[in-house]
Amino acid sequence: MIKVEHLDVVYGHKENRNYVVRDVSFSVAKGETLGIVGESGCGKSTVLRSLAGIEQGWTGSIEMDGHPIGKSRSRDELKLSQMVFQDPYGSLHPRHRIGTALAEPIHAMGLGDGWSNVPTALKQVGLPEIFASRFPHELSGGQRQRVAIARALTLSPQILLLDEPTSALDVSIQAEILNLLCDLRDERGLTFVLVSHDLAVIAHMCDRVLVMQNGGFVDELSKNDLRAGTTHADYSRQLFETSFL
Amino acid sequence: MPDHNPPPILSVRDLNVRFGKNSIAAVSNVSFDLRQERIGIVGESGSGKSTTGRAIMRLLPPSAHIEASQMDFCGSPLLDKSERQMGGLRGKDIALIMQDPRYSLNPVLNIGRQVAEAARLHLGLSRTAALETARAMLERVRITDPVRVMKLYPHQISGGMGQRVMIAMMLLAKPKLVIADEPTSALDVSVRRDVLVLLDELIRENNSGLILISHDIRMVAAFCERILVMYAGRVVESLTRLDDAQHPYTRGLIAALPDPRNPVDRLKVLDRATLETAQ
Repeated sequence: MIKVEHLDVVYGHKENRNYVVRDVSFSVAKGETLGIVGESGCGKSTVLRSLAGIEQGWTGSIEMDGHPIGKSRSRDELKLSQMVFQDPYGSLHPRHRIGTALAEPIHAMGLGDGWSNVPTALKQVGLPEIFASRFPHELSGGQRQRVAIARALTLSPQILLLDEPTSALDVSIQAEILNLLCDLRDERGLTFVLVSHDLAVIAHMCDRVLVMQNGGFVDELSKNDLRAGTTHADYSRQLFETSFL
Repeated sequence: MPDHNPPPILSVRDLNVRFGKNSIAAVSNVSFDLRQERIGIVGESGSGKSTTGRAIMRLLPPSAHIEASQMDFCGSPLLDKSERQMGGLRGKDIALIMQDPRYSLNPVLNIGRQVAEAARLHLGLSRTAALETARAMLERVRITDPVRVMKLYPHQISGGMGQRVMIAMMLLAKPKLVIADEPTSALDVSVRRDVLVLLDELIRENNSGLILISHDIRMVAAFCERILVMYAGRVVESLTRLDDAQHPYTRGLIAALPDPRNPVDRLKVLDRATLETAQ
């Protein structure tokens, strides 16, 4: 579904060149959930933002659904993948009602005004229809994250890019959101790329995990590796030890 | 031979906190004793755990009404103290370590002056002596090049280092009671343990009591001798080991945590309706 080869993201010029992502290659099969784990500043979010098309300064090749994707994307290419951001407080427009936020993607893609779609969008993430007339500040963090997921799903993407979707939430709410994501994945055969610093969340959700450090992958772990606590690199072992006190 | 049953550092009975005219108490009937030990308070957001910590320090806004049949710090009641007396206690005998060093350190003072300020204020040292104490304390919290770091401003250091600086500043006066409110939530997993181990070491060295407030029940369980679980302003359970958890809320919280060693298809979700009726 996704194939990335020799992806580089560099900020700065000449002697100030800083490789945020260096020569990263990976692929994700259809219906698979790939996890990327690492500490702050390792480049995991930048990889995801390059996939989403938010990050423009990448070099290398990105293929989605068998087609190579360039810097500027067509509407079809944009519809293929959607992103859910970390902070449910920051990713919804504070002065737009929930309904407006959910109608926006359809409107932006020129597929009509999108309003007819709002009730089903809310229902699929387990929120009542009347939430459409509310503002983001009237919702709790977990409800807001549900709205963010509903918004990402309105264009029926095949790929969902999740950037720390539960880091800002309580563990009990985190469980609800993770369950929702699992259900939606099974229902629609979605492909997930999940970025997190929380190894327990990654291990719960993902079929395969890539461990990232300083812009490159240092280890790849299968589901069985995670279960048994097997690691193949020093860094991932450290990460394992510190994650479970 | 140390006394095996020393008087508690902090003794709280029936602590109630209400905000304004709100009929629902943010904290209700919380009671506990703290000796030279580490106790953890866990719960979700809004369960009243931070409010409890702040009520002890009397740092709540004027709209808060604090009532307690007893809230004694080293034998003297905290609620009877004047604001001036509280000012003398705060930072010197009771220290609060907050969540995010980026917000709780003064952005316009360099690290050296901030830590030295604590030394001058609480230990009554002269300027030069305070700077020297600050340097020694920064070295104690394992900052490798304290002289360089003292010249830096909070935005120039990492989160982990910022939290070390906070710890240095707060524990410099050897407070008897340390309240750490989510001290590691803003930090990366890889530095979390270092900060906790450091905090633990200094607390033991000073023979202080620690209240660790966190939402991370596993971390608290690994680190504290006793855990108070709060839900909707009440302490629903007091535990020494997670495995002993009886209350449905505590068990729900533990079950909601994904555990890679025992993978499940679906995570358990808290059943709030039954919890409400159980209340």
